[in-house]
Amino acid sequence: MTVNEFKMTVDSRSVNEGFARTAVAAFAAQLDPTLEEINDIKTAVSEAVTNCIVHGYKNSVGKIFITVRIKSESAVLITIKDRGAGIEDIKKAREPLFTTGGGDRAGLGFSVMESFTDKLTVRSCVGRGTTVTLYKRIYGRAK
Amino acid sequence: MSVKTEFQDETLYCYLSGEIDHHSSFAIRLEIDDKIESCRPKLTVLDFTDVTFMDSSGIGLVMGRYKLCSQFDGSLTVCGLSDSSYKVMKLAGLSNIASIKKGGVKNDRK
Repeated sequence: MTVNEFKMTVDSRSVNEGFARTAVAAFAAQLDPTLEEINDIKTAVSEAVTNCIVHGYKNSVGKIFITVRIKSESAVLITIKDRGAGIEDIKKAREPLFTTGGGDRAGLGFSVMESFTDKLTVRSCVGRGTTVTLYKRIYGRAK
Repeated sequence: MSVKTEFQDETLYCYLSGEIDHHSSFAIRLEIDDKIESCRPKLTVLDFTDVTFMDSSGIGLVMGRYKLCSQFDGSLTVCGLSDSSYKVMKLAGLSNIASIKKGGVKNDRK
């Protein structure tokens, strides 16, 4: 069950990466997470938002839709959506080191999201956009 | 984000600070590459002691600098990593191309 919700829309400009991850982490702070959990959320969100900017809206500026839901079982569900290019082969895109970004892109975005959260779901349609859902349990200091 | 560089005894020290993401890594890269190309160091040291946040762009940054350094037969050391940055670097298997350490260049700095 969702007990609290936050929505925001940001332009796909790289300068917004820092703002987006900080805003999501600040909202999740009500679950009293540890510093490590906060950092895991920031890192995963940063990867997802960067994907929207670098791949989704490769040659344009579009909107990134972010929803954060606080769940009653002490978890956070984060949805990051773009209406950009979409992913042709999700399975391939999720493989470590696979990248279409070239140059200095490591091809580790999805691997990092996977290892820093409890569940990652990717839905995409070529030409329509991509939705990434991140689920993370927050144990806090009681762990 | 900022980067300070120091060239001494054929070693290029790069002290990174602030947040490293896709946005900030662009400027860091330009600055470091410019120094590597002009100094042609035998060893390049990337010190992450004052880095407060890093995502996979940090890995791209290390991989790209490794490629450039090897063109000049130089090697690469990455140090001063926080627990979470260390986690990201290990995930990428960067220990195969660079020496990865948790402690920073200067012992008096934590």
